[in-house]
Amino acid sequence: MTRYILRRLLQAIPLLFVISLVLFFLMQNMGDPIATMGGRNVTRSADRERLKRQLGLDKPIIVQYLYWLAGNDWAKADLDGDGIAETPGTRRGVLRGDFGLSLVNKKPVTQVIWERLPNTLLLMLTAEAMILIFALLIGIYSALKQYSTFDNIITTITFLFYSMPVFFFALVTMYIFAVNFKKWGLPYLPTVGMFEPTAGKTPLQVAWHMVLPTATLSFGFIAGYSRYIRSAMLEAMGQDYVRTAKAKGLPKPEIVYIHALKNAALPIVTIIALDLPFLLGGAIVTERIFGWPGMGRLFLDHVSRGDTPVVMGILMMIAVAVVIFQLIADILYAWLDPRIRYT
Amino acid sequence: MNRRQVILDLKDLRTRFHIAEGTVYAVNGVSLTLHECETIAIVGESGCGKSVTMLSVMGLIPVPPGEIVSGQAFYRGRDLLALSEAEMEHIRGKELAMVFQDPMTALNPVLTIGRQISEPLRVHLNMDHATAQQRVIELLEQVGIPDPKNRMNDYPHQFSGGMRQRAMLAMALACAPSVLIADEPTTALDVTIQAQIIELVTRLRDALCMAVIWITHDLGVVAGLAERVIVMYAGLVVEEASVDELYDDPRHPYTLALLAALPRIDRRRDRRLKSIPGAPPNLLVMPHGCPFAPRCEFVFDRCRAETPPLLPVAIEHRARCWYDVVNGKPFE
Repeated sequence: MTRYILRRLLQAIPLLFVISLVLFFLMQNMGDPIATMGGRNVTRSADRERLKRQLGLDKPIIVQYLYWLAGNDWAKADLDGDGIAETPGTRRGVLRGDFGLSLVNKKPVTQVIWERLPNTLLLMLTAEAMILIFALLIGIYSALKQYSTFDNIITTITFLFYSMPVFFFALVTMYIFAVNFKKWGLPYLPTVGMFEPTAGKTPLQVAWHMVLPTATLSFGFIAGYSRYIRSAMLEAMGQDYVRTAKAKGLPKPEIVYIHALKNAALPIVTIIALDLPFLLGGAIVTERIFGWPGMGRLFLDHVSRGDTPVVMGILMMIAVAVVIFQLIADILYAWLDPRIRYT
Repeated sequence: MNRRQVILDLKDLRTRFHIAEGTVYAVNGVSLTLHECETIAIVGESGCGKSVTMLSVMGLIPVPPGEIVSGQAFYRGRDLLALSEAEMEHIRGKELAMVFQDPMTALNPVLTIGRQISEPLRVHLNMDHATAQQRVIELLEQVGIPDPKNRMNDYPHQFSGGMRQRAMLAMALACAPSVLIADEPTTALDVTIQAQIIELVTRLRDALCMAVIWITHDLGVVAGLAERVIVMYAGLVVEEASVDELYDDPRHPYTLALLAALPRIDRRRDRRLKSIPGAPPNLLVMPHGCPFAPRCEFVFDRCRAETPPLLPVAIEHRARCWYDVVNGKPFE
């Protein structure tokens, strides 16, 4: 098993190289970082040239990629922008843990990401917990009561929710629980940010502000996962070994949660493991609508200003997470299903 | 005459399935009795209702689409069909145990053999983990699994087909049930393994004084195993007799045809086996008249009009037919 994990990790290295190369080249088409540097004023062309040289953007893309990857402390950089590279470079490159400085605010990329990651993780892990709890409850229950009134209603609702766009759901919940509740004099939910500036960042404030974004993030996944769990459970409950378990006189919970669910868990683990890494990237739409200072908004802000170092940092983090979660899923398979063995 | 006590008494069982195409009349009034330590065989072709009959008794028919329309199944005087699900849980696996046809799918692939065998011990006998483990080893030894101490930690895919069926047997026998229902337990196995399993069941039956209901479509298997044979067709019992009587003196045309279709070592090799013409009845329509009439070589008017009752034709021998095959003429 250890050998298998090591081999998988080694295999991931060339994969991550290719991913980073493709992403870096694609980023060159995402906009001009210099165009927005002057704020509202148009940047003069002389300044543009100077800035390009100072930031090293005048170099060929492949050289820029090389500097990003391996640093430029072995080359000379043109820090004053006079066209002569005389200062030794200071970047150490991604391979040595240096993701560079943001082109927008000159802060280290790692710091920029670290400022936002906890906010996103808080929101996303809460949402994921909600998703799993409700999807399992709904999925298992409606599988056990197939074609009952509850099952029919829930199947219809999940179908509706699954096909509803996120922004629409967000706006509807805002309209009901914020706008109208306020109008009716009921306690209403906040729609923007993590806390009231006047109340300060207390846990209660943050929790209160999380209600709507969490609900918005969860509803589509709950709908999708519960349908998936329902069909996996239905399949497992129809198997011969469930009949055997019943013939042994086992109580129903043991049949459902051990004999059937352990078999149904395999396909469920697959989709969850594939979805989890993308939680790190935040939810662009949801964070935007609810003004949540997370990774999704960070990504959107920086990608629109052509900030290659920050965008690359976020994307590579997600790429590494995908590789790791895939590996975790494969290890979970072997643990759940003894027929799967890795060598 | 049978002087042993009746342990299972099935009265006029009717089971139907409501599916999209209509209603399947799977079991249409089956009555049978089973005595203590007795082995009976239920014989019939696929879809004749033999499995559904016993699954109904065990309460293992999925409802819906299944429905037990009427009937009683008295086990030691208690009607199993009237019991609640919770009450049945105490009987299933403890008093009545069942072994299924396909040991490849009937065992849970993600739980160890040991765990699956210990489950009835834990649930019915309240054994603690250590005692149950010890008992599992004994049980596996009893059914002839070598090195049970280590093999109990194996998963079903590490067992061969025959070993899985042995493990299924160990599981069924765990709580020393009074009745063992074996639903074609040897059909999925090759012939040598089949013989071993039959031998094993016979040995364990004699050792534990257990009543056995052996469901099969293979009349050849029945001979060395059962005391009485019940032949089913289209959800009805068509003939019931002791094994010897059934082979020597079959009275129902269907039984005659089944026996004629059986290869026999004492017959001439160049003789062709006789197959039964026609196809098994469509159970989507309630049979009108004798269900075997369309395929019967002795058929006459009355057969198509009225369903014959199960009539005594000899001592301890009953057949459901209007025609007297011995004298070659219809009954009066």
